[in-house]
Amino acid sequence: MMATIDSALLFALTGCVLIGLGLYGFIVHAHLLRRILAFNVIGSGIFLLFGALGYLGAGQGTDPVPQALIITGIVVALSLTAFAIALVIKLAEEEKTAVLDAAKTAEDLHE
Amino acid sequence: MNAALLLDAGLCLLILTAAVLAMTGRDLFGAIAFFIVYGILIALAWVRLEAVDVALAEAAIGAGLTGVLLIGAWSLLRRAGVSEAHELSHWGLRLVAGLASAATTVVLAAAVLALPPGREGLAPLVTERLADHGVSNPVTGVLLDFRAYDTLMESIVLLVALVAVWALTPASAWGGVPGMRQHARPDGVLAMFGRLLPPIGLVMAVYLVWAGSSQPGGAFQAGTVLAAVWLLVVMAGIYDEPPISSGLLRTALVAGPAVFLAIGIAGLGAGALLAYPDEYAYGLILLIEFTLTFSIGATLALLVAGRARRAA
Amino acid sequence: MTGVIVSAFPAIELSIALPLVALLTAILIGGKLAPRLILAVGPLMMALTGIVAWQVAEGDPTRVELGGWEAPLGIALFADGLSSSFLLLTAIIMSAVGIVAMAGFDARDGETSRSYSFWALFYGMWAALNGVFLGADFFNLYVAIELLTITAVGMVALGGTRAAIRYLLFALAGSLAYLTGVVLLYAEAGTLDMSLLAANEGDASVRLVAGGLMTAGLLAKTALFPLHAWLPPAHGGAPAPASAMLSALVVKASFFIIVRLWFDVMPEAAGPVLVQLIGILGGTAILYGSLLALRQARLKMIIAYSTVAQLGYLFLIFPLSGGIAGEMPWAAGAWSGGMFHALAHGLAKAAAFLAAGLIIEALGHDRIDDMKGIARAMPVTVFAFGIAAISLMGLPPSGGFMAKYLMLTAALAGGHVVIALVMMAGGLLAAAYLFRPVNRAFSGSDIPEVAYVAYWRQWVPLILALLAMLLGVVSAGPYEFIQIGRAVTAEVGIE
Repeated sequence: MMATIDSALLFALTGCVLIGLGLYGFIVHAHLLRRILAFNVIGSGIFLLFGALGYLGAGQGTDPVPQALIITGIVVALSLTAFAIALVIKLAEEEKTAVLDAAKTAEDLHE
Repeated sequence: MNAALLLDAGLCLLILTAAVLAMTGRDLFGAIAFFIVYGILIALAWVRLEAVDVALAEAAIGAGLTGVLLIGAWSLLRRAGVSEAHELSHWGLRLVAGLASAATTVVLAAAVLALPPGREGLAPLVTERLADHGVSNPVTGVLLDFRAYDTLMESIVLLVALVAVWALTPASAWGGVPGMRQHARPDGVLAMFGRLLPPIGLVMAVYLVWAGSSQPGGAFQAGTVLAAVWLLVVMAGIYDEPPISSGLLRTALVAGPAVFLAIGIAGLGAGALLAYPDEYAYGLILLIEFTLTFSIGATLALLVAGRARRAA
Repeated sequence: MTGVIVSAFPAIELSIALPLVALLTAILIGGKLAPRLILAVGPLMMALTGIVAWQVAEGDPTRVELGGWEAPLGIALFADGLSSSFLLLTAIIMSAVGIVAMAGFDARDGETSRSYSFWALFYGMWAALNGVFLGADFFNLYVAIELLTITAVGMVALGGTRAAIRYLLFALAGSLAYLTGVVLLYAEAGTLDMSLLAANEGDASVRLVAGGLMTAGLLAKTALFPLHAWLPPAHGGAPAPASAMLSALVVKASFFIIVRLWFDVMPEAAGPVLVQLIGILGGTAILYGSLLALRQARLKMIIAYSTVAQLGYLFLIFPLSGGIAGEMPWAAGAWSGGMFHALAHGLAKAAAFLAAGLIIEALGHDRIDDMKGIARAMPVTVFAFGIAAISLMGLPPSGGFMAKYLMLTAALAGGHVVIALVMMAGGLLAAAYLFRPVNRAFSGSDIPEVAYVAYWRQWVPLILALLAMLLGVVSAGPYEFIQIGRAVTAEVGIE
């Protein structure tokens, strides 16, 4: 039972909703690990959108160029995630928190 | 509505549900668990879109390794005594965020619907040119031949991310061993798996690279398998992580990108940076893939291990 | 004969490959070698980028197909007057920063966390910058700016974790927005190559959404008001050599892609709303950044807020180019002024941050109030800061003056009175916030006690500041050079 072009449109629209969902989480969450998680949800939504828009029809698969770019994108997203997580761990070990206080202004951060 | 469309609609619904749960779960560990489920469902979507290379990458890296990284961070944060309180911002910001997110989705969906139907992208061109060189998996062809420059830079991004993680090492721990010491029972299940699975993993990794030239698979998917083997061996207490000052370790990290870059620069002699002479193309691509797999495996494993924490 | 050899030399490709070789060497060997690599890489990069500039000046803009694959299948590199100017600027500033940083990030007593990671990040950053300035493919540019982001945030993290996380969050959001735009662009056009995209008008509404998303993402990375909140703590808190690279080069890289996107690739999709909006944000950035710079107590924070303000000028080229201004004797005055500003600000800002770093090394702090008489203890460094300040204020005969003169005449010729007033106010405010530290440095009559800072290191920021000045004195040559391969829209405006 092969997917159809209609299925691909469905996946593309799902990608659009995932981007919105993730964006909401990225903005409203205070806990940094949750924001990193949201970043990854947005990322996979973008990739799903990319791939689904490149779907050529049953038996023809997905345009190989977006596929390759998505694999590259997944690795880049992992690199950013790993570094972000290391920074959050450092913050947690230094200051016993995983939240950036939005109320703090730029000036008093470095006093 | 036919059965295939119904199936895909069901899958989309599951994906969205898992994403909502990963976003809103009150318990952080639960949220991470839902994120991993979400990643696996996304991998299924890739299978449905007949993009098996991406499905492998998403399952291994997007769901697997990202999940492992998040769980590792969760446990270190617990150890550091950080509150997991599910804090949300002010309701005003939540309202604005909700509106902005909804608007983003609507604008994107409108753009998607405005696209002309019957697009072929570059698929026909890839098929046409692929015959010139040895690899027959079009995705591998794009990654290592047509857009090899992207892939070279990507392997550099991964490596530099590891250096950036290492940059967070306090002066006193520099050159030491990453991660916490593992204490597994020598006769326990983990130790048994630690001895049993690595050979299987190695064979799988080699197969994934080798098969990647004609079937789905490739350096990044295979590298993840190698990293998993490495992590398992360390977790089982069979070998410890190497100190980050180790020359051997640094050679392992740099080898893949270095071979890639060297072949790329040699390509200048064949007319362009990253050009392969036709008669050697297949062999060079395989050579790059194998060394890259090896280095990616080492880099990913060390990214999970984190910065140095113990003396060598 | 030599001309033929030089024109065929693969300098464009090597200006990306060489920093990568240095990066891998620094990661592999580290230790005492990594800090010294700059002594070889610096001159080589100057020579390579000099050859690129020479090739562009002698011939036309140069395009190189990587792997021998033509776009849309392959990825191309592209060098015109603008990109080779940025390439050369990068080589000059990175070399200068590298030489000053040799002492701060040395490994005399063996490899340290700081000495190892700084140099690896440094060469990674250099490769990423050159990749951006030469890139002709929007997805490849995505990979390059992500490499840039990791190296830049990594350097900020050497100064403080919070500032680094704040920066990373903005950068992550920016990456996602940019990537979404790239996805739509590929779906719409079937290519991500700049020249192919430019040759085909495509669907204007999809392109506006795609370009808008890409621009929003890049603005977050450039820190244009109101997406600037991460910049002052990051640039003010990073080690001074890192601040110099971040303020002089890194924020310009994302700006550079915005210019390529709208002026070269899809001017027809922009529309007046986008052009005016970017202009308004630029103007607000000038006033807001300057006012906050006035209120800072620390030298590096003044320079960081000054970057927020000075970045605003760059975006004025959107509303200013075109119209009657296009018929001015200096063709494409506003666009050229903006590019001049990017170059002059790069040199002057790098000089200012490096000078501030040396003052911190000498005094142990950068509180303006406790800087009395530092000019007598470190005359060369304070002189360098003063010269850099002249260019930042836009006083003649500096490069900064030339830039603002071009933009101001374009604004007046085009009847943009408000923009002209904002620019003049920005100049006055810059004079005010830069005069404060200089005045304090000369006040009193004692010579303060300072730690030893090698004399030759103090000359490096001075050379950069003098180059910013030189850019104004010999402006005709550089002006002609950046016109090579310039888009028509730089003259007639977007819309």
